Amino acid sequence: MAIERSDVEKIAHLAHLQIAEADITGYAQTLTNILDLVGQMNEVNTDNIEPMAHPMDATQRLREDQVTESDQREHFQSIAPATEDGLYLVPKVIEQA
Amino acid sequence: MFNKTIKELSASLTSGKFSSEELTSAYLARANSLNSEINGYITITEETAIADAKAADQVRASGNAGPLTGIPIAQKDIFCTNGTRTSCGSKMLDNFIAPYDATVVEKLKQAGVVSLGKTNMDEFAMGSSNESSFYGPVKNPWNKECVPGGSSGGSAAVVAARLAPASTGTDTGGSIRQPAALCGITGLKPTYGRISRWGMIAFASSLDQAGPMTQTAEDAALLLQAMAGFDPKDSTCVDQEVPDYSANLNESLDGLTIGLPKEYFGEGLCADMEQKIQDAIKVYESMGAKVKEVSLPNSSLAIPAYYVIAPAECSSNLSRFDGVRFGHRCEDPKDLTDLYKRSRGEGFGPEVQRRIMVGTYALSAGYYDAYYIKAQKIRRLIKQDFVDAFQEVDVLMGPTTPSTAFKIGEKADDPVTMYLSDIYTIAANLAGLPGMSIPAGLSNDMPAGLQLIGNYFDEAKLLNVAHKFQQETEWHKQTPAGLDL
Repeated sequence: MAIERSDVEKIAHLAHLQIAEADITGYAQTLTNILDLVGQMNEVNTDNIEPMAHPMDATQRLREDQVTESDQREHFQSIAPATEDGLYLVPKVIEQA
Repeated sequence: MFNKTIKELSASLTSGKFSSEELTSAYLARANSLNSEINGYITITEETAIADAKAADQVRASGNAGPLTGIPIAQKDIFCTNGTRTSCGSKMLDNFIAPYDATVVEKLKQAGVVSLGKTNMDEFAMGSSNESSFYGPVKNPWNKECVPGGSSGGSAAVVAARLAPASTGTDTGGSIRQPAALCGITGLKPTYGRISRWGMIAFASSLDQAGPMTQTAEDAALLLQAMAGFDPKDSTCVDQEVPDYSANLNESLDGLTIGLPKEYFGEGLCADMEQKIQDAIKVYESMGAKVKEVSLPNSSLAIPAYYVIAPAECSSNLSRFDGVRFGHRCEDPKDLTDLYKRSRGEGFGPEVQRRIMVGTYALSAGYYDAYYIKAQKIRRLIKQDFVDAFQEVDVLMGPTTPSTAFKIGEKADDPVTMYLSDIYTIAANLAGLPGMSIPAGLSNDMPAGLQLIGNYFDEAKLLNVAHKFQQETEWHKQTPAGLDL
């Protein structure tokens, strides 16, 4: 299955990755090669096989809904790119009317 | 001193031949002066290492020392270490000072282990050569024109060059076993869920597993003992008792049944590598083991299924790196989408971007069943192959890699060729089984690795099987030429 330049642009958008114009053709080629490799999966019939998500088929363990962590907001925010008054700062999302 | 195993260093610490502070200082000096030759460490943590060594010496003075008290090791830079940069080999986390310790780090600390520093690795553990690291490739101490393997390439290289007595690694598709093989050391990937993944930066959560990288199986048993165990903070960690991994190391192998998967000895395996593996099997036969050919019929599907599952989980896991709460943020974002896109575009290298895109594609609307569900079904077939094989045999053996270490740059431009270097290791991750690589000789002066695959939670048996080989052979004592020990 061939991946075109427009596919790469669409996938990169979905993945929120800014990709240089010059790299798109290269990515289209390597993604095509990888999907060709992956396509070998179709050589085997897997009808009636249950998909396996966990090696021991374990299910999600639940715990009591209890507070186990202390508040470390300042500690965690000390490595943030931008904060103010305990909040993470990002560019304005909602424009004023 | 630099050629001693953990076991030997521990005896010297106990007898008072040297203190942990002296030992740690000596390793730090060696690492500082020689690291530039192999680029195995990203960060050497001199201050905390000395402080932890002093604390370990006090624990020893008070009579509470265990087998790992005061032993220095190197940690793969994928484990969060409180107060220390934890880069995961990526520009994205070049400025990330971890605010907490991974469970593995915490448990090793509790056992008295001293961390010398953080080792180089493929970016976000995605690679088989250590060439995708933001911090540059690691060089194989056996031949500096060759790769050390990956993704735990730095961890393997620092042990091979004796810049640390042992190290930690992680293995998603062979990332402990393949570099251990290419650098001539011992590496163990435990059963999925045996060691907590908490604080270990996630690549593919259903495959990732931490493990020890050492000179000997005996040392691997000591480190695994400290690393293994249930952790409520990792929801996939298995709540099962941890046995004494050193207790049965010397058990006789008389009557052991070794399975040789015929698919691991076919096309693509270098002839001399095959000879080394057959020679190793003969050593086992001389110890009373029986050999039986087995088949893992779906082996050829392991790489195709892996390159759906791993990228799919990676694309989900790496969505947390968005330039908002930690890690790299682009300059002057014009809006929120621009912030996300440029931070991620600048922060991730090409191989990581490639895998995020493969995963995004495989999970996107209309393709999910054809790729992800199909791969999960194949995963079950692969697991069933192993379950069937272990009805007949105690342990599986074969080569860890198709050939010895390749040249830096040789496969860097062709991801698919690079992916095939993990052809023998990936199936154990898909099945969740424990696997090991141990040195089995030299092929054209480069190390060859024998891979052992065990049944679920049979790490003690694997360690026993590996240790007995190391009692009969000297391959694990070989070191690269020109090491000034």
